[in-house]
Amino acid sequence: MDGLLSEAFIASLFFGAVTAGVPLLLAGLGEQVSEKAGVLNIGLEGMMLAGAFAGFAAAYATESFLAGFCAGILAGMAVALIMAVLCVVLGMNQIVVGIAITLGAEGVTALLHHVLYSRSYPRLSRVETWTIPGLADIPYVGAAFFDRNALIYIAFALTFFMIWVFRRTQAGLNLQAAGDAPAALDAAGVSVTITRFVSVLVTGCLGGLGGAYMATVGGGLFLPFMTGGAGFIAIVLAMLARGNPLWILFGAFLFGASLALTTALQVAGVNIPTDVIQMLPFAMVIVVLLLFARHSYLPPALGLPYQRGAR
Amino acid sequence: MEPDPVGAPDGDAALTLHDITRRFPGVLANDRVSLSFRRGEIHALLGENGAGKSTLIGIVSGMVRPDSGSIEVAGRPVRITSPSAALRLGIGTVYQHVLLVPSLSVLENLMLGNPWWRTLDRAATSERFADLAELLSVRLSPDAPVGRLSLGEQQQVEIMRALWHGELVLFLDEPTSMLTPQGVEDLGVVMRRLRDHGVAIVFITHKLKEASDLADRISVLRQGRVVGEVTPGELSTMSPDAIIERVVAMMFGDDGKAGDLRATLVGDAAAPQSRQSAEAGVEPLLVLRGGRTAGQRGECALDGTDLEVRPGEIMGVAGVDGNGQKHLAEVLAGQRMMTTGSISLAGRDIGHLGVAGRRRLGVRYITDERLGEGTAPRHSLAINLVIKEIGSPQFWKGGITLWRRIHDHARNLIRTYSIVAPSERAPLAGLSGGNIQKVLLAREWTGDARLLVVSKPTYGLDLQNTRRARDWIKSIRGNRDTAIVVISNELEELIDVSHRIAVMERGRIAGIVKNRSGARTAIGRLMAGVGAA
Repeated sequence: MDGLLSEAFIASLFFGAVTAGVPLLLAGLGEQVSEKAGVLNIGLEGMMLAGAFAGFAAAYATESFLAGFCAGILAGMAVALIMAVLCVVLGMNQIVVGIAITLGAEGVTALLHHVLYSRSYPRLSRVETWTIPGLADIPYVGAAFFDRNALIYIAFALTFFMIWVFRRTQAGLNLQAAGDAPAALDAAGVSVTITRFVSVLVTGCLGGLGGAYMATVGGGLFLPFMTGGAGFIAIVLAMLARGNPLWILFGAFLFGASLALTTALQVAGVNIPTDVIQMLPFAMVIVVLLLFARHSYLPPALGLPYQRGAR
Repeated sequence: MEPDPVGAPDGDAALTLHDITRRFPGVLANDRVSLSFRRGEIHALLGENGAGKSTLIGIVSGMVRPDSGSIEVAGRPVRITSPSAALRLGIGTVYQHVLLVPSLSVLENLMLGNPWWRTLDRAATSERFADLAELLSVRLSPDAPVGRLSLGEQQQVEIMRALWHGELVLFLDEPTSMLTPQGVEDLGVVMRRLRDHGVAIVFITHKLKEASDLADRISVLRQGRVVGEVTPGELSTMSPDAIIERVVAMMFGDDGKAGDLRATLVGDAAAPQSRQSAEAGVEPLLVLRGGRTAGQRGECALDGTDLEVRPGEIMGVAGVDGNGQKHLAEVLAGQRMMTTGSISLAGRDIGHLGVAGRRRLGVRYITDERLGEGTAPRHSLAINLVIKEIGSPQFWKGGITLWRRIHDHARNLIRTYSIVAPSERAPLAGLSGGNIQKVLLAREWTGDARLLVVSKPTYGLDLQNTRRARDWIKSIRGNRDTAIVVISNELEELIDVSHRIAVMERGRIAGIVKNRSGARTAIGRLMAGVGAA
């Protein structure tokens, strides 16, 4: 157990926390947008998985991470489009459609992986990083935060961008009204359908990007079912964040850290069965829910399809 | 948005409808409606439920498209294709139910609807807000969350929003239904100010008294058609009684029942002296002391409610909606447990009893949520009539349903209460609101009732059914074994049926008034929180 407090152990913990936390952050920020607008996007896991596969395939074929990210975004949005048409335009049950999308994406990506790569699991080359001079040399945290892929910086910046959108723009106001009192938004002359449609596409975009990150920067390879519940954790984060992106940032790294701890403890050779260690992040979900779920605020119209004139 | 006097046949007409027709499956909601709304005039539109008022509002506000007909705004033909198109034309609508976002502030609500790609422009919004606040002469804090404002204040915000893009036409859909008497007065002041400013105000109501008090012109709708008009000239020369007679005749035709309905409409139904009942010396049948409940966010809980009702007495409970009436009804019915306080019926403590236990002792509850907690709408009429007695030996034997008895029982009640239904096996949801109310009355008013709690007995009913429900309540008063509690936000209704009227305010009984002349003023003061007269 000597290694537990060493600089190497702690630095790798931070490094792993960021690596595992960024997809949760991206997907959580995306989910927050559609939840604010009143759409409970259970299909997030499916969007992440689609983004992961498309992102990996594109990055592997072109040897460009940027191409991978773009492909991930497009794939996530393509899946989100199904959700948006079925739930927002046609008013179908969001939970049923969301579960179907997640299950469908799991099957389709596993199949496509088999078609493209048969039974092999090719790996991507090393991650391209942007090193921030000076800051990257800080002990413990330098490597984790300041010597990383560009997408990680973007994810951080996005958190603050979303705060600005929610507090200072008309779009943020429209989103909140669409989730809190859609009839009021409609009466004000803003289309609830379009607002929610766009919000679901934004979720798909960020969920797909989060997935692409997992398969490129995160792991460098695609495995069927590789998101492993990350989408659902992101949904929980968005529900607990009470509309504030900072809580998503905090929560994402809390879960990221517990995921990283899982790996770090196994590497450090702690004498606990691996099954117990791997339970850690999910035990964490339960603890966090017990502690904070009472304080969660959900938009009153969350999960309810809107139809003009129907009461 | 200036009117064009040259192009307009009537220089003052802000909005003109020509032959507007709109059909819904099975209903002709608007049948060649032609109306003209003039600047600087308060125009009341009167009509019963189903007269086509809501459809008309939907059409001018862009929520509903007409099948045929044309619309002119300030003399120019227009098509109103969406709510935002209506607002841009200067046609603002304040709906019956508040359409604001409770979690946003007043200013933020007013900013809703600006182009989505903009950042929030608080400065410009504050400026327009200040203008309109002055025009309406109201005081509102622009940063207060709308959810914390009173309903009257929320309505002021809605009026501001309706006028935001231009002060041409303002539609008010039953604007007084949720307000205190004081709130109604304030609204009248605001309406007159706007009229004097040159706004065309259209005021939709089914309360004749308000219309004749406030309006410069009255139009009456019946079954989708405009059936008559009282012009400003007539309004200024005719006596109030003559106006009322005339409008009632338009609203109901000459079907002989007009006199009866007139009483309902203007609320001077029964003479107070007919209700000297329940001598003061009699022991109360129902005693509720210090009732407190735990409420969820947005609900008003009971906060130390005391109520005593004597046998044979009807106790009316007045108050603006959301002052704890719902909890009071549920506490009396046994659907909600009190956190502290005691409740007894005929000297016996019933606080620990649930719905079934209290029902055995004669507690009956007629809810206002007729299709919610009141009935199982998809089940048959017959089942709904025994739904609170499932398993009783009269209709069930060893777990087997005795359908013949249930259906016989239902046929009996259908006859007694003259419920109009295809058969006792028809699903309840197919019945009209008035008939569903009769089903509830029939189910709850059985011989062994000791306490009857009625919540908003005429909510959502049209005038004829309102009349019937009130007559029914009056017909059962004076029954020596039973105490009756009628909860309503219609003051006229309570004055019509009650012996005494308690006013609820923030979960307490603010005061109890004997129903005799002058009661209305005393109740109004209590409702406004001014204290007992």
